[in-house]
Amino acid sequence: MSGVPLSLTEIFYIEEGVNDDFRSDGRSNIDYRPMELETDVVSHATGSARLRLANTDILVGVKTEIDVPKPDMPREGKIDFFVDCSANATPEFEGRGGEQLATRISNMLQKAYHSSQAFDLTQLCIFEGKQCWKLYVDILILECGGNLCDAVSLAVKAALFNTRIPLVKAALMDGGNIDLELSDDPFDSKHLDIGSAPLLVTLCKIGENCVVDPSAEEERCTVVSLVVGISGNKKYYTNEAKESTNVECKFTAIGMNGEGSVTPDTLTQAIAQGMIAAKCLDEALGKTLLREKDQVVRFKKDTYGFLK
Amino acid sequence: MTGHVSIKLASERVNHSVAASETPRFYTPGEVICGLQDFMRGHGTYVEDDCIKSSVAGVMQKVNKLICVRPLKSRYVGEIGDVVVSRVLEVQQKRWKVDTNSRLDSILQLSSVNLPGGELRRRSAEDEQMMRQLLQEGDLISAEVQSIFSDGSLSLHTRSLKYGKLSQGILVKVFPSLIRRRKNHFHNLPCGVSLILGNNGYIWIYPTKEEPIAFKEVEKDNNPEMENCISALTASKMMLDDTSIIFAYEESFKYDKIKDILEPEAMVDVALNSSIEISS
Repeated sequence: MSGVPLSLTEIFYIEEGVNDDFRSDGRSNIDYRPMELETDVVSHATGSARLRLANTDILVGVKTEIDVPKPDMPREGKIDFFVDCSANATPEFEGRGGEQLATRISNMLQKAYHSSQAFDLTQLCIFEGKQCWKLYVDILILECGGNLCDAVSLAVKAALFNTRIPLVKAALMDGGNIDLELSDDPFDSKHLDIGSAPLLVTLCKIGENCVVDPSAEEERCTVVSLVVGISGNKKYYTNEAKESTNVECKFTAIGMNGEGSVTPDTLTQAIAQGMIAAKCLDEALGKTLLREKDQVVRFKKDTYGFLK
Repeated sequence: MTGHVSIKLASERVNHSVAASETPRFYTPGEVICGLQDFMRGHGTYVEDDCIKSSVAGVMQKVNKLICVRPLKSRYVGEIGDVVVSRVLEVQQKRWKVDTNSRLDSILQLSSVNLPGGELRRRSAEDEQMMRQLLQEGDLISAEVQSIFSDGSLSLHTRSLKYGKLSQGILVKVFPSLIRRRKNHFHNLPCGVSLILGNNGYIWIYPTKEEPIAFKEVEKDNNPEMENCISALTASKMMLDDTSIIFAYEESFKYDKIKDILEPEAMVDVALNSSIEISS
């Protein structure tokens, strides 16, 4: 994000705040701003979520389609990310303006979801070597208030949590072709196991320290930012307490933006900081999603969407 | 070391409204206000099909026969004598282009600034070349509206000791309509924080300069707390002036950590209590 530059004294003030672990709105370096989440906002999508983090507004829809698995990975399904930057978000996105940012975010997500320990693609398999589910994850950026990567990854995870894949009732083998008969009942479907799906954490280097969830002003005075993808923990996403599912978060992807450089020391420090932040994010997201699921079971949920 | 993350559900959304009495009638663009017979159309309205209609979203104001609609969210419409906080966008020939949150960029002439130290300006080629040393792109200034050009853009001046370049602090942006017009827009609050409430909706929060610099290390400054109080009041659409901000600041004491005021519940609580304080 470029936009209007800040004055030198403002940059100095922000840097001083980060140094003291006390930022200009009172947060510490690993605190996030309050967020708002709603799932199942788009009725014709298989799964959807909307996340609002300060002024950043993200809408995610998941669509399923039957596809042929890749020959080298016959047991795995497919997942595809597409990011669209609406010109409503900032005037800079007009025309082809947001394309570069969009591909950067979708590549980052693709990289983070690539590992089998982060997202198990075998659960999308229908018929080994013949048919599998392909998930299209469409991400729409409606408003841009800084910290896009983190917000997008949270919204994607929530939308995948909300996704239900219809069960296959019967399959007809006709020579080499397979005819599937899918269940019509919307409740006759399975949820995806997304507990370990990765979250992206952006760490902006301001002065000598790194901060998470930078505001637009803070983003403007960083020279370099790191995006790390960190896999989640399954235990936050189920109500049953199972000790065996307790796994450590793993580090799945890394990317770097901006023209600055980082020393190896800062890099390891930043990754460690990202791990802590991702764990907190994951726990909060899991709690919220379970709370919403609980509400859906107890009474019919109203869709709030964009109206107040 | 753990971070603080809070994710709310849309069903748990907080209503920021703190209006004690009935909320005023709100007109939307294109809505019919009244017939044309007895009234004159003012700002924010237009005439179509022999009716006066609203062209903005806001509340109606009637002065005798004149009907205006005042929008809540709008760009700043300048008036001569207003105090504004603005940011330098460009250095041009003999003038600076500054952003004042109005529809067009405003102008600060080189001839309408005081040189530092009260030095008198010699009109020469050199002092035009020195302009960037005085104010460069991105710098924040406080200024006064000197005149309004025919196209609506503003001409500013800083010919007084209270105006000029701003140093360390925080800029908060609110809707211009929320700033209450007062005689004085420069406030030194008792808590060691000073405010410039720009009429254009830009608020500058900075530490009061009196104490020596070494004192700064003793206590974390109160600027972030002030910023959060202002955003709480803004979220509830309360008018901002020194009294409402001080009340909100006093209300915010009951929260241990300043970042707690970022939570929507706390924001409403602060705004509600300060609105009760103001009306009592």
